[in-house]
Amino acid sequence: MSTATRFASIDDFDKGGVEIIGQDAAPRYLFSNMFEVARQSRPWERVVVAKNLEFTIECVRAEGDSPWYLCSHDETALCMQGQVAIEFLKPADAALIPPATQDGAVRLATTPGGTAMGRVRLGRGHLALLPAGAAYRFRSAALGVLLVQSLAGPESVERWAAICQH
Amino acid sequence: MATASQASTDSLVIIDTAHRVEFDPRYGYHRYLIGSFRFERDEYFVRVTYPKGTYVSDVSAFLRAMMRDVAWGFFYGWVNFDEVFGTVNHYGSVDVFVGSYNAGYKAAGTDFIERFDANRLMGCFKALLSDWTNAGFDPFAAPLETGSAYGSKHGNNDAAVNFQRELAERFVGLPGDTELRTDARGFAINRQFADVPQDEPEVETAPGFEGQLSAFNLFAYLSRSPVTWNPSIVSVVGQSAYCPTSEEHILPILHGNDRVEWFIQLSDEITWQVNDKATAAPRAIITMKAGDIAAMPADISHRGFSPKRSMLLVWENMTPGLEERYGAGELPPTAAEF
Repeated sequence: MSTATRFASIDDFDKGGVEIIGQDAAPRYLFSNMFEVARQSRPWERVVVAKNLEFTIECVRAEGDSPWYLCSHDETALCMQGQVAIEFLKPADAALIPPATQDGAVRLATTPGGTAMGRVRLGRGHLALLPAGAAYRFRSAALGVLLVQSLAGPESVERWAAICQH
Repeated sequence: MATASQASTDSLVIIDTAHRVEFDPRYGYHRYLIGSFRFERDEYFVRVTYPKGTYVSDVSAFLRAMMRDVAWGFFYGWVNFDEVFGTVNHYGSVDVFVGSYNAGYKAAGTDFIERFDANRLMGCFKALLSDWTNAGFDPFAAPLETGSAYGSKHGNNDAAVNFQRELAERFVGLPGDTELRTDARGFAINRQFADVPQDEPEVETAPGFEGQLSAFNLFAYLSRSPVTWNPSIVSVVGQSAYCPTSEEHILPILHGNDRVEWFIQLSDEITWQVNDKATAAPRAIITMKAGDIAAMPADISHRGFSPKRSMLLVWENMTPGLEERYGAGELPPTAAEF
Protein backbone atom coordinates (compact mmCIF):
# COMPACT_ATOMS: atom_id res chain seq x y z
CA MET A 1 0.00 0.00 0.00
CA SER A 2 1.38 3.41 -0.99
CA THR A 3 1.60 5.88 1.86
CA ALA A 4 1.17 8.88 -0.47
CA THR A 5 -1.75 10.89 0.84
CA ARG A 6 -4.45 11.40 -1.75
CA PHE A 7 -6.21 14.75 -1.80
CA ALA A 8 -8.46 15.84 -4.64
CA SER A 9 -9.42 18.97 -6.57
CA ILE A 10 -11.89 20.15 -9.19
CA ASP A 11 -9.58 18.91 -11.94
CA ASP A 12 -8.52 15.73 -10.20
CA PHE A 13 -11.12 13.82 -8.25
CA ASP A 14 -12.28 10.24 -8.40
CA LYS A 15 -15.78 9.81 -7.05
CA GLY A 16 -16.90 6.74 -5.10
CA GLY A 17 -20.52 5.75 -4.70
CA VAL A 18 -23.32 3.81 -3.05
CA GLU A 19 -23.98 0.13 -3.85
CA ILE A 20 -27.31 -1.15 -2.59
CA ILE A 21 -27.13 -4.77 -1.42
CA GLY A 22 -30.30 -5.04 0.67
CA GLN A 23 -33.54 -3.23 1.37
CA ASP A 24 -32.45 0.33 0.76
CA ALA A 25 -32.23 3.16 -1.77
CA ALA A 26 -29.17 5.18 -2.78
CA PRO A 27 -30.79 8.64 -2.47
CA ARG A 28 -31.13 8.16 1.31
CA TYR A 29 -27.35 8.60 1.63
CA LEU A 30 -27.30 11.98 -0.17
CA PHE A 31 -23.98 11.01 -1.74
CA SER A 32 -22.12 13.76 -3.59
CA ASN A 33 -18.61 15.01 -4.22
CA MET A 34 -17.69 18.56 -3.22
CA PHE A 35 -15.39 19.08 -6.20
CA GLU A 36 -18.06 17.99 -8.64
CA VAL A 37 -20.50 20.35 -6.92
CA ALA A 38 -18.02 23.24 -7.10
CA ARG A 39 -17.31 22.51 -10.75
CA GLN A 40 -20.99 22.96 -11.51
CA SER A 41 -21.56 26.02 -9.31
CA ARG A 42 -21.42 29.74 -9.86
CA PRO A 43 -18.71 31.64 -7.94
CA TRP A 44 -19.67 32.19 -4.29
CA GLU A 45 -22.91 30.23 -4.59
CA ARG A 46 -23.44 28.33 -1.30
CA VAL A 47 -24.64 24.88 -2.24
CA VAL A 48 -25.77 22.77 0.70
CA VAL A 49 -23.91 19.44 0.56
CA ALA A 50 -24.76 18.31 4.10
CA LYS A 51 -27.73 19.22 6.25
CA ASN A 52 -28.61 18.21 9.78
CA LEU A 53 -31.94 19.89 10.63
CA GLU A 54 -31.09 23.63 10.73
CA PHE A 55 -27.33 23.12 10.43
CA THR A 56 -25.53 22.99 7.09
CA ILE A 57 -22.24 22.45 5.36
CA GLU A 58 -22.16 24.50 2.17
CA CYS A 59 -19.80 24.04 -0.75
CA VAL A 60 -18.52 27.26 -2.29
CA ARG A 61 -16.72 27.76 -5.58
CA ALA A 62 -14.17 30.44 -4.67
CA GLU A 63 -13.27 32.57 -7.66
CA GLY A 64 -12.52 36.31 -7.62
CA ASP A 65 -13.93 38.51 -4.84
CA SER A 66 -17.03 37.47 -2.94
CA PRO A 67 -19.74 39.83 -1.70
CA TRP A 68 -19.52 40.92 1.92
CA TYR A 69 -21.44 38.77 4.38
CA LEU A 70 -22.63 39.14 7.95
CA CYS A 71 -23.93 36.48 10.27
CA SER A 72 -25.38 36.57 13.78
CA HIS A 73 -23.65 33.32 14.72
CA ASP A 74 -20.23 31.79 14.18
CA GLU A 75 -19.43 30.01 10.93
CA THR A 76 -16.24 28.33 9.74
CA ALA A 77 -14.56 28.03 6.34
CA LEU A 78 -12.40 25.05 5.34
CA CYS A 79 -10.25 25.56 2.25
CA MET A 80 -10.24 22.34 0.21
CA GLN A 81 -8.53 23.78 -2.85
CA GLY A 82 -6.61 26.93 -3.75
CA GLN A 83 -5.50 29.99 -1.81
CA VAL A 84 -8.29 32.06 -0.28
CA ALA A 85 -7.96 35.25 1.76
CA ILE A 86 -10.66 36.40 4.16
CA GLU A 87 -11.00 40.04 5.19
CA PHE A 88 -12.88 40.95 8.36
CA LEU A 89 -14.58 44.20 9.38
CA LYS A 90 -16.37 45.23 12.54
CA PRO A 91 -19.40 47.11 11.18
CA ALA A 92 -19.80 50.67 12.41
CA ASP A 93 -23.55 50.27 12.12
CA ALA A 94 -24.53 47.48 14.52
CA ALA A 95 -27.97 47.45 12.93
CA LEU A 96 -26.39 45.70 9.93
CA ILE A 97 -25.83 42.58 12.04
CA PRO A 98 -28.76 40.21 11.52
CA PRO A 99 -30.92 39.45 14.56
CA ALA A 100 -30.16 36.27 16.50
CA THR A 101 -33.32 34.78 15.03
CA GLN A 102 -31.81 34.98 11.53
CA ASP A 103 -29.93 31.79 10.70
CA GLY A 104 -27.18 31.75 8.11
CA ALA A 105 -25.13 34.52 6.56
CA VAL A 106 -26.77 37.47 4.82
CA ARG A 107 -25.24 39.14 1.82
CA LEU A 108 -24.53 42.87 2.07
CA ALA A 109 -25.24 45.08 -0.92
CA THR A 110 -22.09 47.14 -0.47
CA THR A 111 -18.88 47.19 1.50
CA PRO A 112 -19.88 48.08 5.05
CA GLY A 113 -18.26 50.92 6.90
CA GLY A 114 -16.39 49.93 9.99
CA THR A 115 -13.06 48.99 11.49
CA ALA A 116 -10.75 46.47 9.89
CA MET A 117 -10.34 43.48 12.22
CA GLY A 118 -7.69 41.72 10.21
CA ARG A 119 -7.32 39.06 7.58
CA VAL A 120 -6.60 35.38 7.20
CA ARG A 121 -4.89 33.68 4.28
CA LEU A 122 -5.87 30.07 3.79
CA GLY A 123 -4.26 27.28 1.82
CA ARG A 124 -5.46 23.73 1.30
CA GLY A 125 -6.59 22.11 4.51
CA HIS A 126 -6.76 25.33 6.50
CA LEU A 127 -9.83 25.97 8.66
CA ALA A 128 -10.85 29.50 9.70
CA LEU A 129 -13.35 30.84 12.17
CA LEU A 130 -15.84 33.37 10.77
CA PRO A 131 -16.83 34.95 14.07
CA ALA A 132 -20.39 36.08 14.79
CA GLY A 133 -21.01 39.73 14.05
CA ALA A 134 -17.90 40.23 11.91
CA ALA A 135 -18.47 41.21 8.28
CA TYR A 136 -16.29 39.21 5.94
CA ARG A 137 -15.48 38.64 2.31
CA PHE A 138 -13.43 36.03 0.51
CA ARG A 139 -10.81 36.78 -2.15
CA SER A 140 -9.46 34.06 -4.41
CA ALA A 141 -7.28 34.99 -7.38
CA ALA A 142 -7.53 31.47 -8.79
CA LEU A 143 -10.14 28.76 -8.60
CA GLY A 144 -10.69 27.42 -5.09
CA VAL A 145 -13.16 25.36 -3.06
CA LEU A 146 -14.45 26.13 0.42
CA LEU A 147 -16.68 24.21 2.81
CA VAL A 148 -18.65 26.56 5.06
CA GLN A 149 -20.06 25.28 8.36
CA SER A 150 -23.19 27.32 9.01
CA LEU A 151 -26.96 27.23 9.40
CA ALA A 152 -29.46 27.27 6.55
CA GLY A 153 -30.10 30.88 5.61
CA PRO A 154 -30.97 33.16 2.73
CA GLU A 155 -27.77 32.34 0.83
CA SER A 156 -28.13 28.56 1.17
CA VAL A 157 -28.98 26.72 -2.05
CA GLU A 158 -30.43 23.20 -1.88
CA ARG A 159 -30.46 21.15 -5.08
CA TRP A 160 -30.09 17.60 -3.87
CA ALA A 161 -31.44 15.98 -7.02
CA ALA A 162 -28.76 17.68 -9.10
CA ILE A 163 -25.79 16.86 -6.87
CA CYS A 164 -26.59 13.48 -5.29
CA GLN A 165 -26.42 9.91 -6.55
CA HIS A 166 -29.87 8.66 -7.53
CA MET B 1 -44.99 6.66 16.48
CA ALA B 2 -42.36 4.80 18.49
CA THR B 3 -39.96 2.52 16.67
CA ALA B 4 -40.07 -1.23 17.35
CA SER B 5 -36.69 -1.23 19.09
CA GLN B 6 -37.70 1.65 21.33
CA ALA B 7 -41.05 0.10 22.27
CA SER B 8 -39.44 -3.23 23.19
CA THR B 9 -36.99 -1.65 25.66
CA ASP B 10 -39.18 1.01 27.28
CA SER B 11 -39.99 -1.23 30.26
CA LEU B 12 -36.38 -1.99 31.21
CA VAL B 13 -35.44 -1.21 34.81
CA ILE B 14 -32.15 0.61 35.43
CA ILE B 15 -29.70 -1.55 37.41
CA ASP B 16 -27.78 0.68 39.79
CA THR B 17 -25.42 -1.68 41.56
CA ALA B 18 -21.65 -1.83 41.19
CA HIS B 19 -19.91 -4.58 39.30
CA ARG B 20 -18.07 -7.39 41.09
CA VAL B 21 -14.74 -8.97 40.22
CA GLU B 22 -13.34 -12.47 40.62
CA PHE B 23 -9.72 -13.38 40.06
CA ASP B 24 -9.13 -16.05 37.44
CA PRO B 25 -5.83 -17.77 38.29
CA ARG B 26 -5.66 -19.57 34.95
CA TYR B 27 -4.60 -16.49 32.99
CA GLY B 28 -4.10 -13.83 35.65
CA TYR B 29 -7.05 -11.66 34.63
CA HIS B 30 -10.21 -10.86 36.59
CA ARG B 31 -13.76 -11.77 35.65
CA TYR B 32 -16.26 -8.91 35.71
CA LEU B 33 -19.86 -9.40 36.75
CA ILE B 34 -22.56 -6.77 36.36
CA GLY B 35 -26.29 -7.38 36.31
CA SER B 36 -26.81 -10.77 34.67
CA PHE B 37 -23.66 -10.53 32.55
CA ARG B 38 -20.31 -12.16 33.27
CA PHE B 39 -17.24 -11.11 31.25
CA GLU B 40 -14.08 -13.24 31.21
CA ARG B 41 -11.11 -13.54 28.91
CA ASP B 42 -8.47 -16.14 28.17
CA GLU B 43 -5.37 -15.82 26.02
CA TYR B 44 -7.29 -15.33 22.77
CA PHE B 45 -10.98 -14.81 23.42
CA VAL B 46 -13.59 -12.94 25.42
CA ARG B 47 -16.53 -14.91 26.73
CA VAL B 48 -19.69 -13.15 27.87
CA THR B 49 -22.26 -15.32 29.59
CA TYR B 50 -25.83 -14.17 30.13
CA PRO B 51 -29.06 -15.95 31.14
CA LYS B 52 -29.82 -17.18 27.62
CA GLY B 53 -26.38 -18.24 26.44
CA THR B 54 -22.80 -17.35 25.66
CA TYR B 55 -21.20 -14.78 23.40
CA VAL B 56 -17.58 -15.23 22.25
CA SER B 57 -15.28 -12.72 20.56
CA ASP B 58 -11.65 -12.32 19.61
CA VAL B 59 -10.09 -10.39 22.48
CA SER B 60 -8.21 -7.98 20.23
CA ALA B 61 -11.40 -6.94 18.43
CA PHE B 62 -13.32 -6.80 21.69
CA LEU B 63 -10.80 -4.51 23.40
CA ARG B 64 -10.65 -2.17 20.41
CA ALA B 65 -14.44 -1.87 20.52
CA MET B 66 -14.53 -1.49 24.29
CA MET B 67 -11.91 1.26 24.01
CA ARG B 68 -14.21 3.32 21.79
CA ASP B 69 -17.28 2.68 23.95
CA VAL B 70 -15.40 3.92 27.02
CA ALA B 71 -13.57 6.82 25.37
CA TRP B 72 -16.73 8.16 23.75
CA GLY B 73 -18.89 7.86 26.84
CA PHE B 74 -21.08 5.28 25.04
CA PHE B 75 -21.31 7.69 22.07
CA TYR B 76 -24.46 8.57 20.14
CA GLY B 77 -26.82 5.61 20.09
CA TRP B 78 -25.66 2.08 19.39
CA VAL B 79 -22.08 0.88 19.85
CA ASN B 80 -22.25 -2.60 18.32
CA PHE B 81 -19.07 -4.55 19.00
CA ASP B 82 -20.24 -6.75 16.11
CA GLU B 83 -23.61 -7.89 14.74
CA VAL B 84 -24.51 -9.48 18.12
CA PHE B 85 -23.15 -7.69 21.21
CA GLY B 86 -23.17 -4.01 22.12
CA THR B 87 -24.51 -1.04 24.05
CA VAL B 88 -27.20 1.60 23.52
CA ASN B 89 -26.77 5.02 25.08
CA HIS B 90 -29.79 6.62 26.71
CA TYR B 91 -27.68 9.46 28.15
CA GLY B 92 -27.74 8.60 31.84
CA SER B 93 -28.49 4.94 31.43
CA VAL B 94 -27.07 2.41 28.99
CA ASP B 95 -28.36 -0.89 27.64
CA VAL B 96 -26.07 -3.91 27.25
CA PHE B 97 -27.47 -6.43 24.81
CA VAL B 98 -26.77 -9.72 23.11
CA GLY B 99 -28.68 -10.33 19.90
CA SER B 100 -31.37 -7.71 20.54
CA TYR B 101 -30.71 -6.10 17.16
CA ASN B 102 -30.01 -9.29 15.24
CA ALA B 103 -32.83 -10.98 13.33
CA GLY B 104 -31.49 -14.49 13.98
CA TYR B 105 -31.26 -14.08 17.76
CA LYS B 106 -34.66 -12.38 17.87
CA ALA B 107 -36.28 -15.19 15.90
CA ALA B 108 -34.72 -17.81 18.17
CA GLY B 109 -35.63 -15.92 21.34
CA THR B 110 -32.03 -15.98 22.52
CA ASP B 111 -31.64 -12.22 22.62
CA PHE B 112 -31.06 -10.54 26.00
CA ILE B 113 -30.85 -6.96 27.21
CA GLU B 114 -30.37 -5.15 30.51
CA ARG B 115 -30.23 -1.46 31.36
CA PHE B 116 -27.58 0.01 33.67
CA ASP B 117 -26.86 3.30 35.30
CA ALA B 118 -24.27 4.82 32.96
CA ASN B 119 -21.73 5.57 35.68
CA ARG B 120 -21.96 2.05 37.10
CA LEU B 121 -21.45 0.47 33.71
CA MET B 122 -18.62 2.85 32.86
CA GLY B 123 -16.86 1.89 36.07
CA CYS B 124 -17.08 -1.77 35.13
CA PHE B 125 -15.92 -1.26 31.55
CA LYS B 126 -13.00 0.97 32.55
CA ALA B 127 -11.77 -1.55 35.12
CA LEU B 128 -12.09 -4.38 32.60
CA LEU B 129 -10.28 -2.41 29.91
CA SER B 130 -7.39 -1.54 32.20
CA ASP B 131 -7.07 -5.13 33.48
CA TRP B 132 -7.36 -6.88 30.12
CA THR B 133 -5.07 -4.56 28.11
CA ASN B 134 -1.55 -5.93 28.33
CA ALA B 135 1.71 -4.04 28.07
CA GLY B 136 2.54 -3.31 24.43
CA PHE B 137 -1.03 -3.37 23.14
CA ASP B 138 -2.74 -0.07 22.34
CA PRO B 139 -6.41 -0.57 21.42
CA PHE B 140 -6.52 2.92 19.85
CA ALA B 141 -3.66 2.20 17.45
CA ALA B 142 -3.74 0.70 13.98
CA PRO B 143 -2.66 -2.98 13.98
CA LEU B 144 0.62 -2.14 12.21
CA GLU B 145 1.48 0.30 14.98
CA THR B 146 0.98 -1.81 18.09
CA GLY B 147 1.72 -5.13 19.73
CA SER B 148 -0.53 -8.06 20.50
CA ALA B 149 -3.56 -8.27 22.77
CA TYR B 150 -3.11 -12.01 23.25
CA GLY B 151 -1.60 -14.08 25.99
CA SER B 152 -1.82 -14.34 29.74
CA LYS B 153 -1.80 -11.22 31.86
CA HIS B 154 1.42 -9.25 31.45
CA GLY B 155 1.54 -5.66 32.61
CA ASN B 156 -0.83 -2.96 31.44
CA ASN B 157 -1.04 0.00 29.10
CA ASP B 158 -3.02 2.51 31.14
CA ALA B 159 -1.31 5.40 29.37
CA ALA B 160 -2.99 4.26 26.14
CA VAL B 161 -6.42 3.35 27.48
CA ASN B 162 -6.67 6.63 29.38
CA PHE B 163 -5.95 8.73 26.26
CA GLN B 164 -8.25 11.76 26.25
CA ARG B 165 -9.54 13.09 22.96
CA GLU B 166 -9.46 16.86 22.45
CA LEU B 167 -12.84 18.57 22.42
CA ALA B 168 -12.85 22.23 21.40
CA GLU B 169 -15.68 24.25 22.90
CA ARG B 170 -15.71 26.79 20.06
CA PHE B 171 -12.62 26.67 17.84
CA VAL B 172 -9.11 25.26 18.11
CA GLY B 173 -6.55 27.93 18.92
CA LEU B 174 -8.85 30.53 20.47
CA PRO B 175 -7.75 31.75 23.90
CA GLY B 176 -8.79 29.19 26.50
CA ASP B 177 -9.79 26.58 23.94
CA THR B 178 -7.93 23.49 22.75
CA GLU B 179 -4.44 23.91 21.30
CA LEU B 180 -2.76 22.99 18.05
CA ARG B 181 -0.97 19.67 17.87
CA THR B 182 2.80 20.04 17.85
CA ASP B 183 5.92 18.00 18.43
CA ALA B 184 6.37 19.87 21.70
CA ARG B 185 2.96 18.67 22.88
CA GLY B 186 3.83 15.10 21.95
CA PHE B 187 1.94 14.93 18.67
CA ALA B 188 4.36 13.64 16.05
CA ILE B 189 3.45 13.39 12.38
CA ASN B 190 2.11 9.91 11.65
CA ARG B 191 4.16 7.69 9.35
CA GLN B 192 1.37 7.59 6.76
CA PHE B 193 0.95 11.37 6.68
CA ALA B 194 4.63 12.27 6.33
CA ASP B 195 3.82 14.02 3.04
CA VAL B 196 1.12 16.31 4.48
CA PRO B 197 2.23 19.98 4.40
CA GLN B 198 2.59 21.51 7.84
CA ASP B 199 2.24 25.18 6.85
CA GLU B 200 -0.11 27.23 8.98
CA PRO B 201 -2.45 29.94 7.67
CA GLU B 202 -1.44 33.58 8.00
CA VAL B 203 -3.60 35.32 10.58
CA GLU B 204 -3.23 39.10 10.86
CA THR B 205 -5.27 40.59 13.67
CA ALA B 206 -5.69 44.37 13.99
CA PRO B 207 -5.04 45.99 17.37
CA GLY B 208 -8.09 45.75 19.56
CA PHE B 209 -9.30 42.49 18.03
CA GLU B 210 -6.74 40.12 19.52
CA GLY B 211 -8.13 36.66 20.16
CA GLN B 212 -11.15 37.14 17.90
CA LEU B 213 -9.73 35.65 14.70
CA SER B 214 -8.36 32.14 14.43
CA ALA B 215 -7.35 29.67 11.76
CA PHE B 216 -5.23 26.55 11.66
CA ASN B 217 -4.14 23.76 9.33
CA LEU B 218 -6.71 21.03 9.89
CA PHE B 219 -4.86 18.58 7.64
CA ALA B 220 -1.64 19.07 9.63
CA TYR B 221 -3.67 18.69 12.84
CA LEU B 222 -5.04 15.37 11.61
CA SER B 223 -1.64 14.21 10.37
CA ARG B 224 -0.54 14.37 14.00
CA SER B 225 -3.35 12.29 15.44
CA PRO B 226 -1.78 9.45 17.46
CA VAL B 227 -4.96 7.34 17.43
CA THR B 228 -7.40 5.91 14.92
CA TRP B 229 -11.21 5.98 14.78
CA ASN B 230 -11.40 8.48 17.64
CA PRO B 231 -12.90 11.84 16.61
CA SER B 232 -11.86 15.10 18.22
CA ILE B 233 -13.93 18.27 18.07
CA VAL B 234 -12.30 21.25 16.35
CA SER B 235 -15.17 23.69 15.79
CA VAL B 236 -18.65 24.16 17.17
CA VAL B 237 -21.35 26.29 15.52
CA GLY B 238 -24.44 26.20 17.70
CA GLN B 239 -24.92 22.44 18.15
CA SER B 240 -23.05 21.61 14.92
CA ALA B 241 -19.72 19.97 15.69
CA TYR B 242 -16.85 19.20 13.32
CA CYS B 243 -15.35 15.94 14.60
CA PRO B 244 -12.39 15.06 12.36
CA THR B 245 -10.48 11.85 12.82
CA SER B 246 -7.73 9.78 11.23
CA GLU B 247 -8.73 6.29 10.17
CA GLU B 248 -6.70 3.18 9.44
CA HIS B 249 -7.72 -0.49 9.24
CA ILE B 250 -11.26 -1.23 10.53
CA LEU B 251 -13.62 0.82 12.67
CA PRO B 252 -13.78 -1.53 15.69
CA ILE B 253 -17.52 -1.05 16.13
CA LEU B 254 -20.65 -0.94 14.03
CA HIS B 255 -22.02 2.44 15.01
CA GLY B 256 -25.80 2.44 15.08
CA ASN B 257 -27.06 5.97 14.58
CA ASP B 258 -29.64 7.52 16.90
CA ARG B 259 -29.56 10.64 14.71
CA VAL B 260 -28.32 11.57 11.26
CA GLU B 261 -24.55 11.75 11.00
CA TRP B 262 -22.48 12.97 8.05
CA PHE B 263 -19.10 11.91 6.66
CA ILE B 264 -16.86 14.17 4.56
CA GLN B 265 -13.88 12.29 3.15
CA LEU B 266 -10.98 14.75 3.28
CA SER B 267 -8.28 12.43 1.97
CA ASP B 268 -7.77 8.91 0.66
CA GLU B 269 -10.56 6.34 0.82
CA ILE B 270 -12.87 4.48 3.19
CA THR B 271 -15.41 1.77 2.36
CA TRP B 272 -18.45 1.61 4.62
CA GLN B 273 -20.46 -1.49 5.37
CA VAL B 274 -24.03 -0.41 6.16
CA ASN B 275 -26.48 -2.66 8.00
CA ASP B 276 -30.04 -2.33 9.17
CA LYS B 277 -29.89 -1.06 12.76
CA ALA B 278 -32.69 -3.27 14.05
CA THR B 279 -31.86 -6.56 12.32
CA ALA B 280 -28.17 -6.32 11.25
CA ALA B 281 -29.24 -7.21 7.71
CA PRO B 282 -26.85 -5.83 5.05
CA ARG B 283 -28.18 -2.75 3.26
CA ALA B 284 -25.39 -1.00 1.36
CA ILE B 285 -21.70 -0.60 0.64
CA ILE B 286 -20.51 3.00 0.34
CA THR B 287 -17.13 3.83 -1.10
CA MET B 288 -15.94 7.30 -0.22
CA LYS B 289 -12.97 8.92 -1.94
CA ALA B 290 -11.35 12.31 -1.34
CA GLY B 291 -14.04 14.98 -1.62
CA ASP B 292 -16.99 12.62 -1.27
CA ILE B 293 -19.80 13.41 1.16
CA ALA B 294 -22.48 11.06 2.48
CA ALA B 295 -25.15 10.97 5.16
CA MET B 296 -25.63 8.08 7.56
CA PRO B 297 -29.40 7.87 8.19
CA ALA B 298 -30.74 7.39 11.71
CA ASP B 299 -31.91 3.83 11.05
CA ILE B 300 -28.66 2.12 10.05
CA SER B 301 -25.38 0.94 11.53
CA HIS B 302 -22.07 1.37 9.77
CA ARG B 303 -18.49 0.12 9.92
CA GLY B 304 -15.59 1.62 7.98
CA PHE B 305 -12.58 0.03 6.27
CA SER B 306 -9.61 2.31 5.55
CA PRO B 307 -6.73 0.55 3.74
CA LYS B 308 -4.42 3.56 4.13
CA ARG B 309 -4.59 6.06 6.98
CA SER B 310 -7.13 8.62 5.83
CA MET B 311 -8.68 11.87 7.02
CA LEU B 312 -12.40 11.83 7.72
CA LEU B 313 -14.52 14.75 8.88
CA VAL B 314 -17.38 13.38 10.96
CA TRP B 315 -20.13 15.95 11.36
CA GLU B 316 -22.48 15.65 14.33
CA ASN B 317 -25.60 17.46 15.54
CA MET B 318 -25.23 17.59 19.32
CA THR B 319 -28.73 18.99 19.99
CA PRO B 320 -29.96 17.42 23.26
CA GLY B 321 -32.96 15.13 22.93
CA LEU B 322 -32.52 14.35 19.25
CA GLU B 323 -32.35 10.63 20.03
CA GLU B 324 -35.86 10.79 21.47
CA ARG B 325 -37.26 12.69 18.49
CA TYR B 326 -35.79 10.20 16.02
CA GLY B 327 -36.73 7.26 18.24
CA ALA B 328 -40.32 8.46 18.48
CA GLY B 329 -40.55 8.86 14.72
CA GLU B 330 -41.01 12.63 15.00
CA LEU B 331 -38.07 13.14 12.66
CA PRO B 332 -37.48 11.12 9.48
CA PRO B 333 -34.32 8.97 9.46
CA THR B 334 -32.91 10.75 6.42
CA ALA B 335 -31.50 14.28 6.31
CA ALA B 336 -33.27 15.36 3.13
CA GLU B 337 -35.40 13.86 0.38
CA PHE B 338 -35.42 14.46 -3.34
